[in-house]
Amino acid sequence: MTDTAMTTEAIKQEERQSKIRANLKARHAAEKRFRSYGLVAIGAALLALSTLFFTIISNGASALFQTEVRMTIQLDSTLDPETMRAGDYQILIKKSLRDMFPDVARRDRKDLYAVVSNGAWYELLNHVQANPDLVGQTIEIWLPAADDVDMLMKGYIDRELPESDRRVNDQQIAWIDALVANDAIEKKFNTRLFTSGDSREPELAGFAGAAVGSFYTLLVTLALSFPIGVAAAVYLEEFAPKNKWTDLIEVNINNLAAVPSIVFGLLGLALFLNWFGLPRSAPLVGGMVLTLMTLPTIIIASRASLKSVPPSIREAALGMGASRLQVVGHHVLPLALPGMLTGTIIGMAQALGETAPLLMIGMVAFIADIPGGPTDPATVMPVQIYLWADSPERAFVERTSAAIMALLAFLIAMNLSAVLLRKRFERRW
Amino acid sequence: MTTLLISLAFLVLVALAFRIGRTRVVRLGTDAPGGGLHSLPGYYGAYAVLWCVVPALILTVVWLIAEPVIIRDMVLSGAGLDLADMAENQVNLVYNDIKNIAAGLKDASLADPAIQTAAQQYSSLQSTSFMAMLVVFLGVAALGLFLALQRINPKMRARQAVERTIMWLLIGCSCVAILTTAGIVMSLIFETMRFFAKVPVTEFLFGMDWSPQMALRSDQVGSSGAFGAVPIFAGTMLISFLAMMVAAPIGLYSAIYMAEYATPRFRSTVKPMLEILAGIPTVVYGFFAALTVAPVIRGFGQSIGLDVASESALAAGLVMGVMIIPFVSSLSDDVISAVPHSLREGSYGLGATKSETIKQVIFPAALPGIVGSLLLAVSRAIGETMIVVMAAGLAANLTANPFQAVTTVTVQIVTLLVGDQEFDSPKTLAAFALGLVLFIVTLILNIIALRVVRKYREQYD
Repeated sequence: MTDTAMTTEAIKQEERQSKIRANLKARHAAEKRFRSYGLVAIGAALLALSTLFFTIISNGASALFQTEVRMTIQLDSTLDPETMRAGDYQILIKKSLRDMFPDVARRDRKDLYAVVSNGAWYELLNHVQANPDLVGQTIEIWLPAADDVDMLMKGYIDRELPESDRRVNDQQIAWIDALVANDAIEKKFNTRLFTSGDSREPELAGFAGAAVGSFYTLLVTLALSFPIGVAAAVYLEEFAPKNKWTDLIEVNINNLAAVPSIVFGLLGLALFLNWFGLPRSAPLVGGMVLTLMTLPTIIIASRASLKSVPPSIREAALGMGASRLQVVGHHVLPLALPGMLTGTIIGMAQALGETAPLLMIGMVAFIADIPGGPTDPATVMPVQIYLWADSPERAFVERTSAAIMALLAFLIAMNLSAVLLRKRFERRW
Repeated sequence: MTTLLISLAFLVLVALAFRIGRTRVVRLGTDAPGGGLHSLPGYYGAYAVLWCVVPALILTVVWLIAEPVIIRDMVLSGAGLDLADMAENQVNLVYNDIKNIAAGLKDASLADPAIQTAAQQYSSLQSTSFMAMLVVFLGVAALGLFLALQRINPKMRARQAVERTIMWLLIGCSCVAILTTAGIVMSLIFETMRFFAKVPVTEFLFGMDWSPQMALRSDQVGSSGAFGAVPIFAGTMLISFLAMMVAAPIGLYSAIYMAEYATPRFRSTVKPMLEILAGIPTVVYGFFAALTVAPVIRGFGQSIGLDVASESALAAGLVMGVMIIPFVSSLSDDVISAVPHSLREGSYGLGATKSETIKQVIFPAALPGIVGSLLLAVSRAIGETMIVVMAAGLAANLTANPFQAVTTVTVQIVTLLVGDQEFDSPKTLAAFALGLVLFIVTLILNIIALRVVRKYREQYD
């Protein structure tokens, strides 16, 4: 009797335990699964990040090189660099091409001329004007090839495609192969990308104009937003009485930080351009709009930095007879400055990457010149990227990616300097 | 160059005024310790600088605002131009011509002789005005300095005076935020009112047809312009929804992992990497979406027999979702970390596993904050511009199919306002109406989100 009771009891116990074990197993499996979801999510985000970087870099690396053609140009002594115009240089280049391929039929010449960039004459002109004593000699000069030729040399145009689907025809390929055999065509480092302004011809386009425009825009932004931001933060943190008005200011700052950037562009358009009549497309106006956009960031960072300065420092200075402004100016501000600078750099990095509000105030115009000051028409790096990304030519894809790489390099440098500044000067009280 | 020169001259003026004020009070001082001065000598210098510079600067600003208007009046009335029967914008064109000729941007010899004389008058007026401004500036500066020197004496409370001015400056700077908000609201409302004078509010809010291209001539066919914004709002919501479908799960799960499971070392390396996603300019995401993601989705769709538009909502939504991940993850991470440890320990004590604790204790406790962070992310998605401008379509389709092209509020604002514009056409004004809707919606979302987050934080503090 007792034996059987004990065995049933034992069996029940066994059953219960196995149930618990199964349950535990399921629960631990669920635990593992849940944990892996988190890892998968982080992995997905990092995968997206690395895909982004990978596509940009793999697209953009080839833009560092540009195909150039070695041309032999006869500068007859009858030529006068003073009076020569664009057409005269174009004739020289065409003649040189004809000399390279003497047996090209007249009707195919247009295709032959299309091997060298449309704007190559400009470089020839600059070269001759810089060295007038070359007149009368036969010179050898490397001139940029047309963008389609460049794309073919870099392997972006498939030679196997039927001729009608290709932007380079069979004859041109034959000429290019002949040039390759003669070592007269080569990929050289693309200095134009870094030194020239925008151009309709991808092979001549560079982002120097946009970079200078960005520089002026950021200069205006910095000159306005740093003093205003610091002053506002100092007032709100150190002097402002607690009342409705300061509450209103704080609510406003917090809300402005979350307003979509394009709305600041609308403000700039309606207020600065149409109301004040400031010039369109100017870095000055761009800087003003970006100032309004970055102010909340700077004010919030500066306030946090002021808050971290311990009250004992203020009390000590007050005890020595300093006025409240002297306390802030002589003691609190210098201690809070590194934090404020960090916030400002981060705000500037934001401003450097911003595009949308600048589209509203006309900084999207095609501008080939490098701007000479904050009131000249200009564009900025992100807008240049937008413009190039919109261009249909295949060769602009790699240039867009190269411009993105340059922009990202600037941003990384700025953020790194912010991190270093924080590390170097951060104080724990 | 001139700017540099003027600012240098200005700095010299400031230094000079400071020096004069300081020397004066030191000379007036007595033999008592500190010269018997009320304030430190530097404050008297600063006092002199303020008197010298501030009134002159205010006058210059007024001058610069009034100058173009006055010159315009003088040029247009004085040059014998026949403007009587011209419309406002024609007059503007003529005036622009005059300015361009005066600036040498346009060949003068091709223009009408009346315009040529006007251009000459314009440039002479401008140089006169500049010289006059310089003289007035220096005169007022000298007068201010003189008055300051009259007032300076050792008993004067210079520090208080200077500090009061600085305090007003600080207050002024802190009001910039209010002025900005006011400026946004005013300019948007003002232009929107003008828009609604031409297009009824109900058509804008409830109309199903959006084709803002206005006819250039009144007899043109088929381009009367329709301003029903429902398809745009629907498109915005579709893309934001797609973005949140990506950002919410990835962001939340990574936040949970970061806050509950990750070792400090893992956290300190991975968290900054996720933050990089937030620091990449949106134009880069736009390029990525248009160049890489959209063709992949299109190719994939075609391979399984779906008809995918090349500017599908899905591509823009996916990439936007990636952009928003760090907003969701870092905010949620903060909220989850802020849940008190006693809750966790209580749950562990009852034998719950980590994931059960997270799902049944921490998540409900952190829910308001998480909702807040999601709302902030939605407001980001709605206001995001460059990704959709580059990767989403322009045609306003009313569809819920993510493979179709849709358009958004921000895309429409950009397309309506970029390029040549007349400022009176409903087309450009419509952009401001859309901007107002965008502003109001994001504002409401932000206010709710901030409220929720703050209320929740107070609970555990």
